[in-house]
Amino acid sequence: MNFNFKHEWIETNIGLMAVLTMLAISVGGLVEIAPLFFIDKTIEKVEGVRPYTPLEQRGRDIYTREGCYLCHSQMIRPFRDEKLRYGHYSLAAESQYDHPFQWGSKRTGPDLARVGAKYSNEWHVQHLVAPRSMVPESVMPNYPWLLSTPLDISDTAARMKALRKVGVPYSLTQAEFDANVVKFGETVARQLHIPDAQKNLLEQANFGNYDGDRSGISELDALIAYLQVLGTMVDFSKYTDDAFVKYR
Amino acid sequence: MSEQKLQSQTVQTTGHAWDGDLQEYNNPLPTWWVYTFYVTVVFAIVYWTIYPSWPIGKGWIGGASNITYVNSAGETKTHSWNTRALLVQDMNEAAAAQKPYFDKVSSMSYEQIAKDPEMNGFIISAGKSLFADNCAACHQSGGQGVVGFFPNLADDDWLYGGSFDKIHETLVGGRRGYMPAFSEVLSGEQIDQLANYVASLSGIGHDATKASAGNVLFHTDTAACFYCHAVDAKGRKDIGAPNLTDNIWLWANVPAAQGDASKVAAIRGVISSGLNKGVMPAWAGRLSTEQIKVLTVYVHELGGGQ
Repeated sequence: MNFNFKHEWIETNIGLMAVLTMLAISVGGLVEIAPLFFIDKTIEKVEGVRPYTPLEQRGRDIYTREGCYLCHSQMIRPFRDEKLRYGHYSLAAESQYDHPFQWGSKRTGPDLARVGAKYSNEWHVQHLVAPRSMVPESVMPNYPWLLSTPLDISDTAARMKALRKVGVPYSLTQAEFDANVVKFGETVARQLHIPDAQKNLLEQANFGNYDGDRSGISELDALIAYLQVLGTMVDFSKYTDDAFVKYR
Repeated sequence: MSEQKLQSQTVQTTGHAWDGDLQEYNNPLPTWWVYTFYVTVVFAIVYWTIYPSWPIGKGWIGGASNITYVNSAGETKTHSWNTRALLVQDMNEAAAAQKPYFDKVSSMSYEQIAKDPEMNGFIISAGKSLFADNCAACHQSGGQGVVGFFPNLADDDWLYGGSFDKIHETLVGGRRGYMPAFSEVLSGEQIDQLANYVASLSGIGHDATKASAGNVLFHTDTAACFYCHAVDAKGRKDIGAPNLTDNIWLWANVPAAQGDASKVAAIRGVISSGLNKGVMPAWAGRLSTEQIKVLTVYVHELGGGQ
């Protein structure tokens, strides 16, 4: 076998080598990721998935800030053992408003894709403050400061505007609001309206009282509001067990 | 050194030289490597024809391999190979294997299941994994609970009742515990008297004078404890009001308190701030009817079923 091409030509042209190297290492991405933007079945058509409310979104910010994703995935795979333990496999549609998504593949702790409504709020409070008081064999760190730190709500609207820029349908104008009413119904659309962000956040936090402490709104209020909605948006009882087979 | 020199004479070089004498060998790839590479190429092409592979426009090539399954609506369907279709098939196979047992679970009464040794074995193994996935986070792996948070399911003291039907009702619909806070309607002294009375019911060291004053508060409209906890203080299972006479504690962490004074203080804390917790989630939407029935028997068999 004799490769008689002049690789001297590449090796002595650093610019050309950089371009060719980039091309070579982009192949994986181009082949595996790019087609997903053209295939019309990438995101399943399913009812109920909506963007997060301002409080849930702030909770999600805290989730990422604390690095929960380092130990917890949010991606239930279509295997029997996962279905039995965690519930229905995750749909692409369910994380379509996540920026960035929290799928992950590292499970030091359990998957959280459907943890919503599985435990009571007080369980979450106690478990986040002192995990081993609830699960003796747990290796999760304690997060006591979440309960004592007031939630910074000053930039709620700005954060929603940033997400709007990357495609989350939070509304700024009346026209956008009306479009959301059609798409998500009025109750949800109100939650997605950026000018009312702070009012909505306070209402949900005060009504839900997620951390069991009425004296103020803590970061734990937001985090638990987020955890309690995870995986609960789609009502799978409305679908047959093979409803999402055709999308893959 | 001499070997390298020898090689440089026999092995072809790329032909260019850096710094005057620095040359690069142009060794041919080993034959086994080259043929392995060709085999992997052929393997990939075969793989593409069998399994889903190339994207084309808005879709993709599904491949020659198909999966035929029966869905929950009873329709037989065939779809090109994918893990979601495989899962439906997999779940069906598992369900078919468990069906004889779950059929028995639905057709038999609780008492019959509990008495049948074979079914008992099934309840213990199936119930154990269901309990571990869904209940153990709060009630702990043996059902012993956590004082101050979650009730013990392994003893014979029940908030809402320990019969099969009551356990089933709790599992299906969930529960929500509530006790009003008395700090705003009673004085600190009155709450202290009540705490001493409640301590006396369980044989905890107390101040007898305060306890007898607490007895009056308990049984009159001043504190009106008897509405929920009953005149004999043994509680009312229809509303989940606990028995206060059995020295079994859930909300006031009396077992951990050292000395009579701090035991009374633990009771005082609950009377003062009340409870708006004790939330048990509803499992009807998460678990199947048969799974809930299995859990009902499992929890009943943990030791305290009535």
